[in-house]
Formats: sequence, C-alpha cells, structure tokens
Amino acid sequence: MGATARPDGGGSAASVTRDAALAQLDRPYGAVFWVAIAAVIATLVRIAYFTPIEASQGPAQKIFYIHVPAAVTALYLAFALMAVASVLYLWLRDPKLDRVAATSAEVGLAFTTVVLVTGPLWAKPVWGTWWSGDARLTSTLFLWLIILGYLILRQAVEDRAQRARYSAVLAILAGLLIPFIHLSVYLFRTLHPQPIVLKPSAPSLPPEMLATLLMSFASFALLFVALLRARYRLATIADGGLADGTASERDG
Amino acid sequence: MSEPPGVIAAAWAIARKDLTVELRTRAAFLSAAVFSVLAAAIFLYTWDPTAVASIDLAPGVLWVIFTFAGLLGLNRSFSAELADRAIDGLLIAPVRREAVFLGKAFANLIFVLGVQVVAIPTVVLFYNLSLGWGASAAIAGITVLASVGLVAVGTLFSAMAVNTRLAELLLPVLALPFFVPVVTAAAQATVLVINGRPLSGAVDWMRVLVAFDLVFVPACTMAYPFTIES
Repeated sequence: MGATARPDGGGSAASVTRDAALAQLDRPYGAVFWVAIAAVIATLVRIAYFTPIEASQGPAQKIFYIHVPAAVTALYLAFALMAVASVLYLWLRDPKLDRVAATSAEVGLAFTTVVLVTGPLWAKPVWGTWWSGDARLTSTLFLWLIILGYLILRQAVEDRAQRARYSAVLAILAGLLIPFIHLSVYLFRTLHPQPIVLKPSAPSLPPEMLATLLMSFASFALLFVALLRARYRLATIADGGLADGTASERDG
Repeated sequence: MSEPPGVIAAAWAIARKDLTVELRTRAAFLSAAVFSVLAAAIFLYTWDPTAVASIDLAPGVLWVIFTFAGLLGLNRSFSAELADRAIDGLLIAPVRREAVFLGKAFANLIFVLGVQVVAIPTVVLFYNLSLGWGASAAIAGITVLASVGLVAVGTLFSAMAVNTRLAELLLPVLALPFFVPVVTAAAQATVLVINGRPLSGAVDWMRVLVAFDLVFVPACTMAYPFTIES
C-alpha cells in the first residue's frame, strides 16, 4: 500500500491524497486477480471438456466441481476469516481487522450465492426437486441471509468505530448460531424422514475427476484471495478516503 | 443507597422501571396483544379446514405470531430510552453494563410471556384444540424456554438497531435468522404435545431450546457492553 501523499494540512494536500486514492481506485485488482481469473477459466474448460461424464447423474454432476469448492471457500475461508477477524477486532480494536471482516463477508456472500444458485440447478435433475428441507441447504440459506443482514447493518451505521463493534458482535453471534440452525433442521429431518434421502456421499473419485476437483479448489481459493485483496483496498480507500487510511484513523 | 447495587439488584431495578412504565401506559402490551388476536384471526380465515387439519396448522400459527409479537415488544425496549436521552442516565449509573442488559431482557421476557398468555388461548380457541393439564404444562414450559432465548438475542439487537439509521426496520433483519432454531424447536415440540405423543420426543426439542438459552443468554450479556462503549 504505497502512501504517495500525506495530509500535511491545507487544501492542496487533501487534493493530492484524493488523486492518490483515485489512482488506486483505477487499478484495484493487480496481477493476482488476473491470474485467478485465468485459473478459473482453465478450470471451467477442464470441467466442460476434459472431465468424464458421471455414469448415473449425467452431465449435471459437473456442477459439483463448482458447487463444492464454492461452498468450501465460503465457509472455511471467507466466514472463518470473518469470525476470527471479528473476535480479534473486539480485542485489539485495529480498524484493519474490521475491514478484513467486512471484506470477507462480502466476498463470502458472492461465493455463497454461487452455492445457492448451483445447488438447485443440480438438485432438479438429480433429486427431482429444486429445493428440499435438507439440513445443509437450510443452514446455507440462513447463513446467506445473516451475511446480508450483516452488510445491511454496516450500511446503517455511520460512526466507524460503532459500526465495527456492532458488526463484530453480530458476526460472533452468527458463528454461535450456525450449529443451532444445522441441529434444528437435522433433528427436523430425522423426525420426519423425507422421501428423497439421496445423499451425495463422497464416493472415491476416479483420478480425472479428483484432479478436476482439486484444480477447482485451488482456483477458487486463488479467486477468493484476489477478490479479498481488491475489495480490501477499496474498503481502505473508502474508510480513510486516503491512500494510507490507517494514518488518518489513528489521528482521528 | 451509598453503595452501588449489585448486578442482580440493579437489573431488577431496571426491569421494574420498564414494567412500571408498561403497566401505567399499557400501550405496547395492548398493541402486541391485539396484534396476536388479529394475526390468529387472519390465519384462521386464510385456512381451508378441509385441506389441512387444525392440529397440524395451529403450532405453526402460534409460533409465527410469537415471533412477530415478540419483535413488536423488543423494538420498544430501547427506543423508549431515546426520549430525553434517558439511555445516558442508565449508562452513567454506577452499575455494570451487564445489569442494564439483564434488566431490559427480564422486562422483555415478562412482556413476551404476557403476550403469550393472550396468544396461546386465542389459538387454542380458534383452532379448537383440546389440551389436558399435562399438555398445557408442557406448552407453558416450551413457551418459557423459547421466550428466554428469543428475548436474549432480541434485546441485544434492539439495543443495536435503535442506534442505526434504519432503527426499528433493522431489528427483524438481524433477529429473525436467530429466531429460526428457537421457533423450529418450539413448533416441533408443540406439534408432538398437542398430538398427544409421548413426551420424550418433545423433550428432545426442548433440549435444543435449553442449549440455545445456555449459549445465547451469556453470549448476549457479554456482548452488550461492546455495543455501547464509545
């Protein structure tokens, strides 16, 4: 984060820093982003053309290579990072941690949206229904709604420190909630068994399929890092209004 | 009076203040109680009794009403303190912040339980349920367990929501996902109770409610001080 200008006081300095901020806005992505995009495209090509069609589910099974890595990225990278950053924020009160939490929430929301869109697309031909009361499905939906609520909350609070504290509290409580949603829906299902209990219990994948899956995991993780980085830079600019946001925050 | 009161005494004083205000005006309680009856009536007239048995519908209706009537009461909890900046008086009082939260939450619990005293008989009447003493006691137990969890989370989010630009609009967005396990467990336990099933099934669901209360009452009490410091 190259600080090209600092506010030394006076109107001209402010406009210089504004220019620096705008210059960063023009190129928030960087090389990692383009490498990630190339990796995701390569993965999609491999999924479509170089991975065998599964015998019982047909082409629909290929959604699995997108659905599962997106879910794993959202849950174990984005939301884990969000929870850890939120806990650390309440402890250390570093605005950077708040931005990491907010940024992971937003990028995680994007990945969760991919999960929620690809899930029904796969379920319709394979399960015969778009939606079911499945435990994992329901907890993902509510996780998605909580993250939306988190982002709405952030929009609704102007004071930066207050916004950071509120967000951290919500994120931590949400972390405690998810097991309960999962548990209640799981109990619900075992008490009232559904006619379709077709579970994609992970069979040992043939090597070509496993390679595609691993490639997909890697490219999604890379895309996550790239998006997180880009979005974090924008958040820094938006919070500080400067290229080097933290300096002004400490002063203010 | 020279010694600052302990957490329990302070919480009780705050709860008593809120309950006294409510008893003298009865504004929020009456609107929540009327809302419950209206909601039960609306569900009644959107229901085709030849298609769905009342015994299958009633628990869902009861717990949906519980959720929204609870939100009505919770919204008022901290917005009432905004007038004349009364909240500042509470916060500079020489008591622990946890006591402020517990006092508010306790008053809300009494409020929510009071609304249920109106809502449950209304649903029982409209849906023509016949409950014995055992079933009534079980439903009372489920209601208390569910209310504790709902009020803990709702009171915390109410404290946060009033200080945002969206104010009371934000509370449902934040709180409803947290009510899901509570309402699911309470409704499922109620289904088993009013169908006269053995209590062991309902007890499983009540365990979920107990676990929720045990996690979220301490968590929200500890989180509250973080929402008000400046």
